[in-house]
Amino acid sequence: MTGKTVLEMRGITKDYSGNRVLKNVSFAVEEGEIHSLIGENGAGKSTLMNILFGMPVIHESGGFKGEVILDGRAVSISTPKEAMNLGIGMVHQEFVLLPGFNVLENVKLNRESTKPNPISRIFWGFGKTGKKLETLDYPTMKRDVRAALSSLSTSIDEMTPVRDLPVGHMQFVEIARELDKSKVRLLVLDEPTAVLTESEAETLLAAMRGLAAKGIAILFISHRLGEVASVSEHVTVMRDGEVAGRLTRGELDAGSMAEMMVGRRLAASERPARREAAADVILKVENLSVRMPGENVSDVSLEVRRGEILGIAGLAGQGKLGIANGVMGLYPAQGSVRKDGRPVPLNDAASAMAARMALVSEDRRGLGLLLDQSVEDNVTVRAMQAQGGFLRSFMGFSFADSAAIRAHTKKMIEALDIRCTGPAQRVRRLSGGNQQKVCIAGALTLSPDLLFVSEPTRGIDIGARELVLELLRRLNFERGVTVVVTSSELAELRSTCDRIVVVYRGQVQGIVPWDVSNVELGLLMAGEKKKEAA
Amino acid sequence: MDIPDGEKGFFTRTLRDFGMARSIIVCFLAFLLIQAFFLGLPMDQLLSSMLTRFGMNGILALAMIPTIQAGMGPNFALPLGIVCGLLGGTMAIEAGLRGWPSFLLALSLAVLLGGVAGWLYALLLNRIKGQEMTVGTYCGFSVVSLMCIFWTLAPYSEPEMIWAYGGTGLRNTISLAGWYEKILDNLWRVEVHGVVIPTGTLLCFLLACILMKAFLRSKTGIAMTAVGSNPRFAHAIGLRIDRYRTVASILSNALAAAGMLVYAQSFGFLQLYQAPLFMAFFAVASVLIGGASMNRITVANVLIGNFLFQSVLVVSMPVANLVFSDNMSEILRIVISNGIILYALTRKEARA
Repeated sequence: MTGKTVLEMRGITKDYSGNRVLKNVSFAVEEGEIHSLIGENGAGKSTLMNILFGMPVIHESGGFKGEVILDGRAVSISTPKEAMNLGIGMVHQEFVLLPGFNVLENVKLNRESTKPNPISRIFWGFGKTGKKLETLDYPTMKRDVRAALSSLSTSIDEMTPVRDLPVGHMQFVEIARELDKSKVRLLVLDEPTAVLTESEAETLLAAMRGLAAKGIAILFISHRLGEVASVSEHVTVMRDGEVAGRLTRGELDAGSMAEMMVGRRLAASERPARREAAADVILKVENLSVRMPGENVSDVSLEVRRGEILGIAGLAGQGKLGIANGVMGLYPAQGSVRKDGRPVPLNDAASAMAARMALVSEDRRGLGLLLDQSVEDNVTVRAMQAQGGFLRSFMGFSFADSAAIRAHTKKMIEALDIRCTGPAQRVRRLSGGNQQKVCIAGALTLSPDLLFVSEPTRGIDIGARELVLELLRRLNFERGVTVVVTSSELAELRSTCDRIVVVYRGQVQGIVPWDVSNVELGLLMAGEKKKEAA
Repeated sequence: MDIPDGEKGFFTRTLRDFGMARSIIVCFLAFLLIQAFFLGLPMDQLLSSMLTRFGMNGILALAMIPTIQAGMGPNFALPLGIVCGLLGGTMAIEAGLRGWPSFLLALSLAVLLGGVAGWLYALLLNRIKGQEMTVGTYCGFSVVSLMCIFWTLAPYSEPEMIWAYGGTGLRNTISLAGWYEKILDNLWRVEVHGVVIPTGTLLCFLLACILMKAFLRSKTGIAMTAVGSNPRFAHAIGLRIDRYRTVASILSNALAAAGMLVYAQSFGFLQLYQAPLFMAFFAVASVLIGGASMNRITVANVLIGNFLFQSVLVVSMPVANLVFSDNMSEILRIVISNGIILYALTRKEARA
């Protein structure tokens, strides 16, 4: 550590179509330090990194306010390539590797060292053609790759195909590629340990310390607070697009970080009155495993009480979304699910619906709506196909009962306050909040007594969020529908639910009452603590 | 065409609602009709042909609806259904029946065979989701070639169908005169100022349209549409995707088989061997001109498109032959049909 600032981002503010996602964010990274950036999903970390890398999505959505200062000079980075040329390296969460190529080829691809040969000399005069026909200079490349790998203190053989490497080593190949790009000053690691086992992560952290000691500044993004505490010099905590706090080595403990991350303690007055849930169990899930890409569930058991609103919390990728999808038969699942004491067959959406359960999917546009069809079709198609509702028989054939459909949809539009030009409007033209209400209306038309709602406010503007949540509370209160809300937004779980289940690595990490402390919730979500209670 | 709502003037909005392709074709048709008039072509005959071709090709175009609605794209394997129609048609003649009994037997056999072919074809399609159009095209081509062997080897014996010199093997073109030629065209046929209205054929097409419209609002039809517009949604509400794709394939090919016979009775001939090879393209092109896309279609698209496409062909033939040279119309037909398919495939909506 020399105290020299490599990167400073100053006063960064960014809107996405009127929705402010970053508010006046500033932080600085010094030479040779490991600086961590932490925050819940949606806190604005990725947007910040997109700005740093000049990703097209930033310019397409109207640019940003604020300054990016590299080595004391304000720079404007408009493409990822420019960022690379300025010495910023990025290791993504997902591997960007060609499995069939060996380590050396993956590191050097499109930046190969070459030497001239007779044919390339003949084409010397034809611009880049000559260069493209040169022979690969394996000895030089091997030397470079060895150097990059050894600076990470690993001894991977550079000629091994990447597909034969253990996952932990693939991460090293990614980092080696960034290091091999000349003059990397700043290395951004976006959740590099998410896919690693504990011992692999340990090795990676050691390598990071080694790199920092060589003077490379590292910006480390992670959800694992323990790791963050053990490697960081400085930590910037983000929450709701703002810097919620800065910590330096010495004040780093998982508890205080978790509290800063989660923030906003909800006052009791903000929470509407709730009635007591009955004691009997409406849904009993045992040893449920779900294969949902990116949201795998392994061995979850939990009970939902009749009449309650149960929250499922967890960081992205930990499997909280998989539970509802598995129970509803949308993704391959194993285990046992009993509704009202009767077993519900898994992997069969029709029998899940027959058991009076319904799902409002997190993937609204992909799975929850027929975007190019009318509001009324969207509201009634589930009930029609699953329960034979809204049909009229004519000469032995079942036809849609247009009058009943229209009447029911009008009632729903009124009850849920769906803003549309009428039942015949195409759903694609509605706003996110109103599309969500159409999804809920569709699920309600099945008259379920257990409703799963996943990410109810995702992609909905702030004004409409509270309306959607209020709707869920009202359904629960007035119609006695048991609701299971899965959400990344802790505040909304706290304001809506009676109990919160925290999912970590596909398993139930703990079940807590809604008013549990932020520290505890943060620690459970980060997998630092296990609690089986409530 | 990406014009947002509520912008631009009246003209642009009208153009968007009606569709660029349709607008161009309408202008072209108007241009052709004016030319035909000034070139002194017999307008009553032109109008008669327009009506006849509209009726005779209608059901073939209608066969596009089930597969497009079920998310399998236009049925490029239309020749599969068409050869079933030809089989039904020849078998009815072979049975020795004439007039209505012959036509009705042909129709029943055609629909039955078309349905079976559609079911078999669905078994194939359900294994290659996402490539239905390419596979369908080659499936259609293959089946036409395969049937060429059948037509030469099948043990038909009716002298009017087999080659004049005897032996086995059917003729290229079988005249329906005396069997069921124009049996629908002449049903309640009306003539107004020299314009012949083939009432039976038109009614038959309209009836098929009404039945199709009703089917689309039936429980099965709605499920099929849901499967087509969002398979993941359909799966989530417990629908068996392959089942509805199979229904669509059966319906489409059965319609193609029936459509072929309606076409043949009006045309007066059964054309075997290579004749069905490109018929799918003309049907696809006509619904696309009518405003359908690769994943959305209505009965109105079929009606409008079929009328525009067939009319342009009817009118352009004599006009082009007078203005340019012979054979121009056939070239025009291929240019228009392939051009419109190309246009539809490159539109943004088609890729969504």
